[in-house]
Order: sequence, then structure tokens, then C-alpha cells
Amino acid sequence: MATTYQLPFEKSVVEIEAQLERLGADVLRAEGDGEPPKKEQTAEIKKLERERKRVLKRAYGELSPWDTVRVARHPKRPQMRDYIDLIFKDFCELHGDRRFGEDPALVTGFARLGSIKCLVVGHHKGRTTEEKLACHFGCAHPEGYRKALAKMKLAEKFGLPIVTLVDTPGAYPGMGAEQRGQAEAIAVNLREMSRLKTPIVSVIIGEGGSGGALGIAVADRVAMLEHAWYSVISPEGCAAILWKTANEENNQAAAVALSLTAKDNLRLKIVDAIIAEPVGGAHRDAAGAAEGLRKWLTERLRELKRFKPENLPRRRYERFRRLGEFEEVAAAEASDGG
Amino acid sequence: MVGVFFLYKANAGISTEHDPKRMTQVAGRSWTDLKVTTRRASIPEGLWLGCPSCEKMIYRKRMEANLHVCPECSHHFRIGAKERVRQLTDPDSFEPMFTELRTSDPLSFVDRKKYPERMAAEQKRTGQTEAVQAGAAFIKGRAVMLCCLDLTFMMGSMGSVVGEAVTRSIETALDRDLPLIIVSCSGGARMQESGLSLMQMAKTSAALARFDDASGLFISVLTDPTTGGVTASFAMLGDVILAEPNALIGFAGPRVIQNTIRQELPEGFQRAESLLAGGMVDRVAPRRELRNEIARIIDYAGK
Repeated sequence: MATTYQLPFEKSVVEIEAQLERLGADVLRAEGDGEPPKKEQTAEIKKLERERKRVLKRAYGELSPWDTVRVARHPKRPQMRDYIDLIFKDFCELHGDRRFGEDPALVTGFARLGSIKCLVVGHHKGRTTEEKLACHFGCAHPEGYRKALAKMKLAEKFGLPIVTLVDTPGAYPGMGAEQRGQAEAIAVNLREMSRLKTPIVSVIIGEGGSGGALGIAVADRVAMLEHAWYSVISPEGCAAILWKTANEENNQAAAVALSLTAKDNLRLKIVDAIIAEPVGGAHRDAAGAAEGLRKWLTERLRELKRFKPENLPRRRYERFRRLGEFEEVAAAEASDGG
Repeated sequence: MVGVFFLYKANAGISTEHDPKRMTQVAGRSWTDLKVTTRRASIPEGLWLGCPSCEKMIYRKRMEANLHVCPECSHHFRIGAKERVRQLTDPDSFEPMFTELRTSDPLSFVDRKKYPERMAAEQKRTGQTEAVQAGAAFIKGRAVMLCCLDLTFMMGSMGSVVGEAVTRSIETALDRDLPLIIVSCSGGARMQESGLSLMQMAKTSAALARFDDASGLFISVLTDPTTGGVTASFAMLGDVILAEPNALIGFAGPRVIQNTIRQELPEGFQRAESLLAGGMVDRVAPRRELRNEIARIIDYAGK
């Protein structure tokens, strides 16, 4: 239960968890010796558990935006492949963009969500060092985006709805990626996803870093997990440009300024819903987080099934067409400003 | 000569808001502006300037008369949207549109300065309201819908207003059955509007899908520099993509890439010519040829 990776605001929780673990070990040892657990021990455990929940609830109830980013990047946070194992059945992975190569940072495949057959598309960051390196820590190359689009077109052809799970710091900024048209690959995905005649639902499950995230997130319904972030740039990137240096203090300020939390994005109508995470974040209870995700996805797919597929692009267009905030002044005033 | 060079250097930092190194190439002031703002008329401010490419001293007036291209080495200086419109369109044919759009501050964004203050300073400096000029126009007698991003205004970054102006330009081209020309030059999506800027990428690209469905012709002109969210949305979606010589075109900026891969980038990387060689753009068109190039493509592909 205890997390080895310690977030600063979790310090008191981790202490309680260590105590709990010690007590639990004592009880187990006593049981091994054939002794029933002592009354005061069970009472102590119960008390500590209550305390743990209370502290967690408080800490996670008022996460700062920068802490949210840290939770979203927690090494134990469930990733795309975890959710595939937890909520999808019979995952049939499909590889390759048929043009250049296979990008493990973007995973695609057929799967079943309950009784619903669908296509799942998502960024994958990797767990082991080896896997992380192969996946470039979840930063996809153009071939990843092209693979995603090719498989999404398959889904359209065979009338399957599409589920995309977004978890990327951003599209990979490297030489090969540039030379093979990273910008073009993302741009084409934005255009083509907007007119796919099949339901698309997207969830930002961890990091929603800029164009690399949006490249698979032009959907009919978009949600964020409670402690995910979604923004035009990472707080560090923003701090480096606008504050000239990325350090702890500036990153915090940038995270606030960027309005990147689920609540902010809901307020700005960039996402349609927030999927609650278990108390203490998805990294404490992957199954709990997966259940929330499963429920939302199932409901939305059932809802979207009611629309005629050929009408979906118009509705999707209207959803994105509305986004953006500006003022409009009277014509007379406008002409001298032009 | 040395003295003149010094004077140029002293005036080089046109903008105090941006990294002066990045902005020195911007021909921020036209000759008429210069005469108005120069109080001490005895100092010939900026009469001459050093070409960043061939390093020769060139006469500013001559460079400007040459479409802001170095007469010695054909280096293409960066130009603002108004100058771009003037260069591309038939005289007096440009009909400005969407000038009623004004930036708001939906996020109450504050970095080292408040966003509205930053906007006000940019507006004062440039005399413009936003980083875009859009309108119906004629190019060599052909009716077009033209939309030019403006690098001189907040690095041509795309926030809600720029995204809306681009989207409305696409919709107008669709309604009026006009060829669409978008001239891009941008640092990317505007950080000060965060997620909403990001959404402009989806909005403009989705509008282009509809334009494409209606068989509309979209000529995308990429100029120095076109990067980030602008490249990764409408700029790379042209039916025909033209690029100005030596224009920097990419998704990630060269510095970001260098920091990621930790090695020197090859000569010409992310430049128009290497994108042409790599199959990413259709043609590299010198500025003096742009009008002809656009007109020719309209004659082949326009309605």
C-alpha cells in the first residue's frame, strides 16, 4: 500500500502508511504464532486507517495545480495498458502505420468494453526503463499519429466506436520526428478526426500535453480524470519561456497561470466531464479509477450510439467551433483599430 | 561605415518585449513610421542595416522597395501582416474583415506581466489589435479570401481571436466559393490562453475539413518562422503548400530539439529547402514570385 515515490504533500500520509504496515506485520506475526490479534492493535489499525483517509481527503481535496501535474506524472499512476487490462476484454492490438514504422508510444487495437466492440487508441508511457525508452516516455512520433488515424479509419469503415486515452507530455521533439512531418501528422489527425463518421470519446487519463494530446482527442465527448492535466504547454515549458527559467517556484506559477486542471478545463468547456478518482489518486487504487472510467465510457458510448453516424461530424464540428473566448466591438470602433 | 553599423546595432532591438535576437530580423517599422517617430531628425536612424545573412550593409529603402528582400543575397526579411497584404494583393483590393474581434482574458493569465497589459503594450507598439489580418482581396485579378498571421504582434501566436479569424476566413471562403490563401508565420499557440489556444488548432482544422468536403482550394504559404500549433494545424493542411526560401518550418523549435537530443542540428534543418527535399512542401517560392505562384495554382485548381 505504501508508496515509495513520495509527493511532498503526501508526507504525513506516507508516515501513517508506514505505521499501518508495521502494525499489520505485527498482527500477521502474532497470527503465525497462533495468537489472535490484540484488541488494542485492531483498534489502533482502525484509527490509523480513518486518519489516513482523512488526511488523504484533505490533501487531495486542495491540490495545487503544480501538485496535480505531479500526481498526473506519478510513476505508479495507471497507464493506458493498465486500463486495457482492467476494463477492456479481448484486446487485439494492431501495429504499424504502413508507411514508416511502429511507434510503441501510441497503442491501437480492437477491444470490448462490456458488450461494446470498439477501437482503443492511447498513448503509452511505459513502466520499466526499457519500455519507457522504447516509448519515449509517452511522446509519440509521426508514425504513431499516422497509425492512430489509419486504425481510426478502420473503425469508421467497420462501424466501431473509438475510445482514446490521452497520456503524453507532448509529441516527441526530435530530428526524425520533424523530418517525417510531426506537425503534418498531427494536423491531419485533427482534420480527419473531425469528420470521422463514428462515435469518438476521449479521456485525458494523465498528462494532456499540447498538440501531442489533441492529436488523438478531437472527439464527440471529452473527459478528464480528476487529477489529470491538459494544456497548451507543460508548466516547465511555459516557465522557461515566460519566466525565462524553469525552477520550482516558476513552475508552480506557470501551472496556476495555465489553468490546466480538470476543473479549469471543465469551466472553459474544453472538456465535458470530470471522472472522479479514488481518494488519494488513481495510483493508490487503479481498480477504483478504472471503474469510474469504465462507467463514463460505457454511458457515453451508449448515448452516442443513438445518433446517426453521418450526423456525428456536424455535431463534433459544432462542439469545437464554439471554443475560444473573445469580444466583438461595434463596426465603427473596429474600423479604426484594424 | 563602422559608425553607421553601430547606429544600426543600437536600434536593432525594436521590441523590448521579445528576445531582441529573434526580433532583429523583423522589419518592424516601415519608412513612413520611422519618419514620424524619429524626433531627432539629425540622426539617420536605421537608414542602413546589416543583412543577417550576407552581413553586407544595405540601404533600408532599397531593401524595402525590394519586398523586404536583401538586394545582395536575397535574404527574406520577416514582414508584418499589413506589409504582406500590401505585397500580395492588387492595389486597393483588400477588404479587411473580422476587425471587430477583440482579445479577452478568459484565464486571467499572469506571468511576469498581466496578459491584458501585455496586449495593450503590443497594441500600442504595433497599432494593431491582434496578430492577424484577414479579408477578401484580388491577387492578379483573381478573387481570393486572404488571411495573414502577423509575426510582429506577440510572435504571431494563435489565441482565440487569431483562431476565430482563421476559422471565419475558411467559412467565408466556403460561403463565397473563393480560393483560400493563408500566410502563416507564428511562434505557435498562445500560452496566455492555454487550453483555449490549443482548441483553436482543432477548430481551424475541423473548418478545413468542411472546406475540403466542398472541394475548396486552400493554398498555405509558410513563411519564416512557422512553428508549433500553427504548423500542427491549418498551416500544414494546404492543398498546395508554398514556402518562402529559408523559412524555418517545424513543430518543435530547434532549441527544444537540441535540448532533447543533445547534439548539433545539421545545416539547413527545418528550413524550407530541406522540407522540400524531404517531401513536406510542394514548392519553395521566392517572395517576388508569390503572386504569380498563387495565381497560377488558382488557375489550375480554383473554381
